[in-house]
Amino acid sequence: MTEQKTVTINMGPQHPSTHGVLRVILELDGERVVSAKPVVGYLHTGIEKTMESKLYYKALPCTDRMDYLSPMSNNLGYCLAVEKLMDIDVPEKVKWARVILAELTRIKSHLVWLGTHSIDLGAMSMLLYTFRDRESIIDVYEACGGQRMMTSYIRIGGLAHDLPIDFEKKVRKACRQVRNGLADYENLLVNNEIFINRTKNVGIISAEDAVAWSLSGPMLRGSGVKHDLRKANPYSGYENFDFDIAYGTNGDAYDRFKLRLEEIRQSLRIIEQGLDGMPEGAYRAHVPGVVLPPKEDVLYKMESMIFHFKIITEGFKAPVGTVYQGIESPKGELGFMITGDGTNMPRRIRVRPPSFINLASLPKLVEGCLFSDVVCAIGTIDIVLGEVDR
Amino acid sequence: MEEQLRGFMKERFGDALIAEEDFRGDESYVIKPEMLFEICRAFLDDETLNVRFLSDITAIDWLGHDRERNGRFEVVYNLYSLPHSYRFFLKVRLPADNPTVASLVDLWPGANWMEREVFDLFGINFEGHPELTKILTPDELEGHPLRKDFPLTYEQPQFNWNKDDPPEVIR
Repeated sequence: MTEQKTVTINMGPQHPSTHGVLRVILELDGERVVSAKPVVGYLHTGIEKTMESKLYYKALPCTDRMDYLSPMSNNLGYCLAVEKLMDIDVPEKVKWARVILAELTRIKSHLVWLGTHSIDLGAMSMLLYTFRDRESIIDVYEACGGQRMMTSYIRIGGLAHDLPIDFEKKVRKACRQVRNGLADYENLLVNNEIFINRTKNVGIISAEDAVAWSLSGPMLRGSGVKHDLRKANPYSGYENFDFDIAYGTNGDAYDRFKLRLEEIRQSLRIIEQGLDGMPEGAYRAHVPGVVLPPKEDVLYKMESMIFHFKIITEGFKAPVGTVYQGIESPKGELGFMITGDGTNMPRRIRVRPPSFINLASLPKLVEGCLFSDVVCAIGTIDIVLGEVDR
Repeated sequence: MEEQLRGFMKERFGDALIAEEDFRGDESYVIKPEMLFEICRAFLDDETLNVRFLSDITAIDWLGHDRERNGRFEVVYNLYSLPHSYRFFLKVRLPADNPTVASLVDLWPGANWMEREVFDLFGINFEGHPELTKILTPDELEGHPLRKDFPLTYEQPQFNWNKDDPPEVIR
């Protein structure tokens, strides 16, 4: 009789703790994980191919649907990349509004992460509190773009409409609500013994390994590497804001949890600075033939009408060349590499998906862990399967 | 950093350098495919440049464009130096039939999935990769979806429609 030492089991794709359709093939020796193999692709819809077959304007809504928890960050990354390709400079007001919206998005994404991650680990009530506070941010989205999730509000060369009249009031209300909520989360989790036992020394990755595995965002900073694209290569006017990079030391799940809470606090700081110093001005750049003219002009000015028609029907021709624009999305470094080929459609749009590249390190994170820690390790990466598979 | 890097590339790998591109501030070096591994290892060993972060690997299909003369595929390596906050690109140009380049998994374990994705969607082979298999597309799917001659609307594997239609290229 042969002796079987390890057992291979399948986790997912339909498993509530895999946050979507992630499948992990685990090889177990008793309760210990010998090896883990993530299997992805169940949600692959060919978004890059779809975007390559559309005009630059019309590819924008596809970006919302990748990381559906942070639509504004995706819009921002794409628009910045196209603006770099077309060499467009946007008005100051647009930059500030974009920063505020991107930071609200970071908070919103982190809140969903916090709720689902703590549910995975048994803290059932957290999800209610985080979703209560997330609601106030979604209200801001709704006031701006008219939609609660797939906003497509940030457009090439500016914003879809001017900011709503009660924008400041709504944002301040959201900030207040999140700030009050933060106290609740900390009361519930920071010194919670069960939570600490489940997360301390779980999913450890060292700083060298984090760099070698190309990790980014909280996964990289949790290991003590102070790298944040908002500081390192500022975009959209982040150099005007005063904030600190949150980072951890041990590189475990608990550090990443505290780091994300700190990031929420820093985001609130940025938003409040943004509201205080918001300049006046146009909400869209004036670049005839490339950026859509404001709707008010289209109705009364002939030239605007013609440009509007031309941009919608045939788009604009981009030069031959490749640009890359990386932004610090809630999940990590979200990059858009866009290659123009002289026609009105992009030759290549590559999305550098932070979730996908962070998820590749899962086998490293769970090596030698207990089986129950796999759930914690998946949660701490903060994946969105829409972005992993695209 | 920019000057340092240019000096480094010209001095040590002058004969591997095919072209140097600078577009909207993004610096990229087109190099010979066979030298890729050597150059990347030199980056890892060099203390002053400190290029240790492989941000991304992807490819571009130039089918039907003027640039196809140089080689149909262009594989782009997105490298980043953390202490210098400097990003640049290495590009290798590969021919249409059997495009092959060395794998970087031995240098960066994170390259594993990126190379698998490029293999899956473009059909570019990475020599020395431990497990070069499909990652995103279904196992039954034939062809490489991000190639420009792959039809946009033809459904394959055929779940529910176009059961009898021949594939056609729609751009």
